[in-house]
Amino acid sequence: MTPFDYTRASSPAEASRLGREGATFIAGGTNLLDLMKLEIMTPDRLVDISRLELDGIDRTGDGGLRIGAMVRNSDLAADAIVRKHYPMLAKALLAGASGQLRNKATTGGNLLQRTRCYYFYDTAMPCNKREPGSGCQAIGGVTRLHAIFGASEHCIATHPSDMAVALRALDARVEIEGADGAVRNVGLDEFYRLPGDTPHIESILAPGDLITSVILPPPEEGRQTYRKVRDRASYAFALVSVAGRIRMEGGRIARAGFAFGGVAPRPWRDRDFEATLEGNEPSPALFERAADALVANASTHGDNAFKVPLLKRTAQAVLTELTES
Amino acid sequence: MQTRLHINGDDHQLDADARTTLLDALRNHLGLTGSKKGCDHGQCGACTVLVNGRRINSCLTLACMHDGDEIVTIEGLGAPGRLSALQQAFVHHDGFQCGYCTPGQICSATAMLEEIEAGWPSHVTSDVSGKAELTVDEISERMSGNLCRCSAYPNIVDAIMEVGKGRRG
Repeated sequence: MTPFDYTRASSPAEASRLGREGATFIAGGTNLLDLMKLEIMTPDRLVDISRLELDGIDRTGDGGLRIGAMVRNSDLAADAIVRKHYPMLAKALLAGASGQLRNKATTGGNLLQRTRCYYFYDTAMPCNKREPGSGCQAIGGVTRLHAIFGASEHCIATHPSDMAVALRALDARVEIEGADGAVRNVGLDEFYRLPGDTPHIESILAPGDLITSVILPPPEEGRQTYRKVRDRASYAFALVSVAGRIRMEGGRIARAGFAFGGVAPRPWRDRDFEATLEGNEPSPALFERAADALVANASTHGDNAFKVPLLKRTAQAVLTELTES
Repeated sequence: MQTRLHINGDDHQLDADARTTLLDALRNHLGLTGSKKGCDHGQCGACTVLVNGRRINSCLTLACMHDGDEIVTIEGLGAPGRLSALQQAFVHHDGFQCGYCTPGQICSATAMLEEIEAGWPSHVTSDVSGKAELTVDEISERMSGNLCRCSAYPNIVDAIMEVGKGRRG
């Protein structure tokens, strides 16, 4: 690791101020320290935000849920309200990492974890995300983990989080305290930026912006789940994953909320997929039509072509599971 | 940087560079070499210790972030002549070959059994809102952050199962 100064923030305002001055926040540190050891990230100042009192899980006035940014992944997955009313979120969290890592990893940090693209991790290789303008070796290289949606000619890396995929399907919003003290919240769809020609900029966060919580809308009736397909049965990143929820009314799908992981630079949502389902009676033919709509705009890069049929089948399997009597 | 660590019941004052991980502090500064460095990237679990009762990878956290924390390492769980139940069970079931991953396995399993008792679900728990049973699948999934390259897994699972069942009475 390159040397750095270490400060422990005593308040979100202090953290934001130091962040605006160029400091990097550290919470659980499970991803950041890994990247610092490899000198992929080389902050010269760390601000420890892990002891800020942002670790509550509380009902909101409208019956939703406010999850503090410092809530550990293991605590969130074990929370009784999450398990009962937002089970896809508990399942997504439990599908990620290991028991030890979930005990450290935080809600805010999980959202901001970096890609596991092999070329991003290999400092001997060019990478537009790590070194803007240096090029992308993944394109034309080994692409088993790479994106089929939302990528650009500059970067085809995927976002690795499971948690964020469930949050996207649940219409979560991210609450941010800015360096000026103003608090705003944005939907997860607006929170992540697609790579375009600036793949090193991954979210809308400006220097000093601190994630303070994630807010879930009130739970909806219906079924939900999270299914992850990976190379090992445990402790591996997703090849593809599906977070889905369905509310039925009179034998028809009244509402579908789906997000897909392992396939894009951010948790992927496709309104055509949901629109194809809504208002219709569930059937294998309908599910196939929806899955076809989902992958209609997929763009593959050699090795990752298998993700198109795998995503279709996984989506159809989840739809079947959520609608069978 | 000055950091106060409470380890296995004793107070330690650490004076180390901010870059020092908790694992390096334990091994290189405090002489507690029971915790092992395997991958040093949070992938193998050999460095697992308990911080405030929870299992974590000590290689992926800075010692200075743990000022005032309560840390238990394998040395604090037991010693020859007064082994913990899990240490005894690992011996009884031959839950190792080379032994390098064993301190991490035992620290991890110690906290993992507490997690099951506290009702935490896992990826293989069929109903996440229900109570997890102590099964081979549950133990394997919950211990997936601890690798054993000798592949002593069947005996590790047997050892953990014995202690887990004993606790559940």
